[in-house]
This record gives sequence, C-alpha cells and structure tokens, in this order.
Amino acid sequence: MTIEELEQIAKNVKQENEKYDYEINVCMDLACASQGADKLKDALVKAAEAGAKKVLVRRTGCMGPCSHGPLVRVDTRVDPDERLYRRVNASHAEAIVKSLGGVPVPELQCNLNEHFDKQVRVVLENAGYIDPERIDDYIARDGYKALLTVLTEMTPSGVVHRITESGLRGRGGGGYPTGLKWGTVAKAAGDVKYVVCNGDEGDPGAFMDRSVMEGDPHRVIEGMAIAAYAVGASKGFIYVRAEYPVAVARLTTALREARRHGLLGNNICNTPFNFDVEIRLGAGAFVCGEETALIASIEGRRGTPKPRPPYPASSGLWGKPTLINNVETYANIAPIVRNGGKWFFNMGSERSKGTKVFALTGKIANTGLVEVPMGIKLREIIEEIGGGVPDGHTFKAVQTGGPSGGCIPADMLDVGVSYDALLKMGSIMGSGGMIVMDDTSCMVNVARFFIEFCMTESCGKCIPCRAGTAQMFTLLTRICDGSGTMDDLALLEDLCSTVKETSLCGLGQTAPNPVLSTLKYFRNEYIEHIVHKRCPAGVCNMQAAVEVMA
Amino acid sequence: MPVIAPPPLPSEDKRWKIVNGTMRKNGFARHALIETLHTVQSSFGYLDDDSIRFVALSLHVPLSQAYGVATFYHYFTLKPPGKHTLTVCAGTACYIKGADKLIAAAEKHLCIKQGQTTPDGQVSLMVARCVGACSRAPVALCDGEVAGEVNEKQMLEQLERWKAE
Repeated sequence: MTIEELEQIAKNVKQENEKYDYEINVCMDLACASQGADKLKDALVKAAEAGAKKVLVRRTGCMGPCSHGPLVRVDTRVDPDERLYRRVNASHAEAIVKSLGGVPVPELQCNLNEHFDKQVRVVLENAGYIDPERIDDYIARDGYKALLTVLTEMTPSGVVHRITESGLRGRGGGGYPTGLKWGTVAKAAGDVKYVVCNGDEGDPGAFMDRSVMEGDPHRVIEGMAIAAYAVGASKGFIYVRAEYPVAVARLTTALREARRHGLLGNNICNTPFNFDVEIRLGAGAFVCGEETALIASIEGRRGTPKPRPPYPASSGLWGKPTLINNVETYANIAPIVRNGGKWFFNMGSERSKGTKVFALTGKIANTGLVEVPMGIKLREIIEEIGGGVPDGHTFKAVQTGGPSGGCIPADMLDVGVSYDALLKMGSIMGSGGMIVMDDTSCMVNVARFFIEFCMTESCGKCIPCRAGTAQMFTLLTRICDGSGTMDDLALLEDLCSTVKETSLCGLGQTAPNPVLSTLKYFRNEYIEHIVHKRCPAGVCNMQAAVEVMA
Repeated sequence: MPVIAPPPLPSEDKRWKIVNGTMRKNGFARHALIETLHTVQSSFGYLDDDSIRFVALSLHVPLSQAYGVATFYHYFTLKPPGKHTLTVCAGTACYIKGADKLIAAAEKHLCIKQGQTTPDGQVSLMVARCVGACSRAPVALCDGEVAGEVNEKQMLEQLERWKAE
C-alpha cells in the first residue's frame, strides 16, 4: 500500500457515494441498537429500494446523544444542512424516505444545536459518518494517511517529538505525558518491544472506549501502528473487556481488513517496518486496567499488580520494554500526526491539551457521548450540552473518574475541566465517565456503592486494599442503616488515609476518593444519618435505627 | 527437556476440538490460558473440574494456576447456567437509576439470590459490573440481548414468560 493507492481508494469511495443523492445514516451503537436500530435499518433499506430516489443507507457508530435514540441523520448532496431525527423506529422508515428532498418529518425532528455547538470533535470526528466495518470508509476520511506519512517521511524520534510537542496526556486517567512515555520506551534497550492498547474499560458508567473501538476501530489500530514505529516495536496487543463482544468483533474485522490492505504485516508501505496486532480478551477484573495487572493478564495469569519500578516502559510484557496507552490516547495520534503538534497544543487549557470525550449519564436530559475542549466549565457540559437535570429535580453532584474519582458539588461547577483542576477538587479525570446525580441520590449510599465495588474488585494482593475496603464497607453500611456512630465516622476517615497511602496499586490508592470527596462536600448528610437517623434523600432504609428505638 | 504428550480429549464431544483448536492456534503456549478458558466457557457454558484439568495439562500450567485464574476473573463461572439468564447491570449509572431495586425485585420474584439459578434450572440471575450502555440506564440483558430503560414490570413479565416455558 502506498499513499497514491490510499488516495485512489478514497477517490473511489467518493465517486461511489456521489452516485447517491441522499445518505441516511443509522446509528447502530449499543444504546440505539437496544432500541431496535437494526430493524429500523432493514426497514430503511427496504423503503429506499422501493422508492425512486438514489439513497444510500449506512450503519454508523455512536452519533452522541444516546437518550434521543435511535438516531438517524440524513445528508443531502445538494443541501449542506444535515437533518437529525430522534426516537425513530421501523414504522417511520417510509416517511423518512418520502420526505427526502422535501420538508423534514416534523414529529421526528431533533433540535440539539446547543448540544453540538459547544463540542469539538477530534477523537469522534468519524463517529456517525463511517461504517465501522468498511476500511474504505475510514480511508476516505483521511484514514491511514498519517501512518503512511510517518513511515515514508518521518524518523521515529521525529514522531516522538511531534507527540511531545502536542502536549497530549494519557486519556486513561493518570494523565501521564504521552510523548514522555513514548520517548522512554523508544530509548529502552532491547530488540523486542511491545505496544499495548488498554481497552479494559472497567470503570462503571464510562463507555467512550467501547464507542471508539466499535465505531472507529481503524483509528485505534492506526494510532498503535504509529506508536510501534516510534518506539521500535513490531508486535501489539489490544486488551478488550469480554463484556464488549461487539468491540471484539469490530476490531477483529478491522485487523483482518488492515492486513488485507497491507497496512499491517511485513514491510508495510514497502518500508522495513513490520507490525501486527493481536486481540486479548479480559475476563472481568477492574484491576486489570492497572498496567502491571494488565500485563499479567495478557500473559495468561491472575491480574495482580506488581510494585513499580520497574515500569513497563523498561520491563513489561514478558520482561520486554512495553508501551501501554489507553484507547482514546491512541485515537488522538493520527489527527496529531496529520495536523501537527501545534494544532493540538493550541486546543484546551494550560496544562491539559486537546479534547476529552466524556460519557454523560445519570440524571441528565441528554445522556450520551460528548467531546469537549479541555478547560470547558463543568457547568457548560452539564447545563448546556447535557441539557440539565430533568423532571424538575435539582442538581446535587457530578461524579467523575468512576470508583477512583469523587463527587463534585453544585458550587464548584464553574471550574474548568482539566487533570489538575479535578485532582484539586478531590476527584480525577479518570477515563471520562461523568455521572450526574440529583436530589434523589444519597451521597453516603453512593460512597458505599463505590466502596462495595472496590471491595469486590480488590485483587487481594496487598492488605490495606483487601482488608481496608472491607472495613470501610462495613462502616458505611452501618451509617446507611442507621446504626452508625460518630466514632465510626472517625474510624472511616482514619481508614481512608491508611488505604490511600499504603496500598500497592492505583485501585487501592484511589478507592477512598469517593468517600473522601463526599465527606468533604456532603458531610452534613453523614451527620444526618448518624445523629438524626435520617436519610435526607430518602434512599437509605434506616431499619437498624427503628429497631434500636423500639 | 522431555516432551510431554498432550492429554487425550476428555470425551468424544466435538466441542473439545474447538477448545483444542484455540490452544493449537496459540502454539500451546502458557499465555493462552485465559483465551482457552474463554473458549471452554463459550462452548460449554461454564468451566468444570474436567475442563480446567484438561486445559492445564495441555498448556503445561500447574493446576493451581489454572484454578486460580478461573476463580479470579468474574467472567468465568464454575456453575452451569440456567436455560435463560437475566443479567442486570449494576454499573454506576444504572445504580443511580434504580438497578438495585430491579435486582431486589428479581431476587424476590425468583426466590434466589444474585449469582444463583432457580432449582428447576430455568433462570439464572446475574449482575454485571457495566455493559457500557450507560446512557440507557437501567440496563438488563435477557439472554445476552441488551434492553435499555428497563422497568420492573417489563422485567418481571419477561421472567414470567421464561418460567412458563
């Protein structure tokens, strides 16, 4: 495959698409699929065939505002305006096809300008525009151009320099500078090196990585190949959760297609560069998101972490230097190579560059995937893009970072989103889950939920995490059922700092965060539970308290 | 180093050939343990002593390590599943939207606890950590099929249909 051949494919796709006057794109991501998007697509294909107009019906990845799904977007060759239809089902197919070229179907129209206007799409630039199982669709949108440019025009150190220059930081949660990591692996001694993609999105409430792997799998593969060239690796692994069967299937297809086109394998683009990727399935262990545990799991062992150093960059998979990045990090690579490091550096806030994809869920009007520039205020994400809290309820907190993160209260919503600002507020960026809670959520109960999660997910290797989370869970359960005392609260706070400071890996070190942040911002709720035996949100069942009083 | 002959297939069952195929594809390397256990579970529905023993012997992995892996990961189950499986997602978004109430209602209806199967082997009740359909919370999987914005009535009706079969 050469750049000329790539351009020829792109040209062919464009010519093919120009045969059609209209394109009907059907979102077939998990959320829309669960509402009957596959039947809808079949109905649209049938209706399009029956009509006289030249219509292309395409399945695509996630379009974003999942709560309005199943979503359909109509693009017209002559009219630059796109039409977005919401809550479409198979019975609407004929009306949609009939309306092409005329007035849009009124009852399906979706006005989400405010939702889309504030977003900047880098990682999700193809989401909703390509068929994830067609490599040609990806190539037609500049896919694999970055890889071939890198192979023919850039040195490995030039690539590392460009990524460093962009200011990209790891999107898996920690925010480690990506360029620095790549540089370390590139400099590490050894002939055999590995590139690993962390697709073990164990963080409950987050689904950005699933969406990227399912909706635009080639973008991840291209990012990995560029990384492999930069650090000198010839073998890559994508570690995907077994709970994401569609992502596994899409990646398998994408890898096969990429090999067939000579974009993976030996002597890619007639250069000495060889690279191939294997998929490895996770088996349901949150701790495997931690890099040393992930390595153990790829090696076929129990996913228990190891003390660092040595870091995987010097001794990782089978003791070889290993580069591990998250799905979203790899998804940022191709656009950075194409557009230059400066382009990326100019987006975002002072120390957090570029954009971030968030999975907006919970008590919010527009749930779904959003991509925003770093530095945007939480309030803008929740109230403008997310459409605020529905059903007349009031906003209470937003939880970011999953079980390792914290709850941010209403009066801190004017802070701009960045790695450092979230850390300062007692939460973390995490992989990008953002769960909105309203006045019907009890913060003590939420803290208990997360500690229960960490307790069951603790691998058991180190004592502070294994025993500490279990004790914290017992204390929180006592507070929730009304039998807690102020001594329990003091003990809980004490345990938080012990577990945080003495645990072996990130799971234990961050497990107390949900408790600490709710204690910091919602301490009065804890006090209400303990002193007045009352749950302000009316969630907790104060059974024990009733028994004591009786 | 003496070459240890691979163990014979545990039975005539054709599914063992699929399991063997996964191991062969990976050159009977030790790191194929999790991949192979995935194949066993997708072929047989669960992992039992015989299958773990067979895989461990074939890959030259100590039995303790194979058992350790099988019990460490939540995705693997050592008990045969029921004819139908209801999996309620208990991720954060689902929890905020009342998944705990759904689980409690299903437990009450089926008279079993989460992770168990009804005595007649008809329905298993499972809880998932997160299936990634958070924007449609609460989410449940009926025999693997994702259903979004599930309410208690719908869920109990589905259970009734399964019970009546």
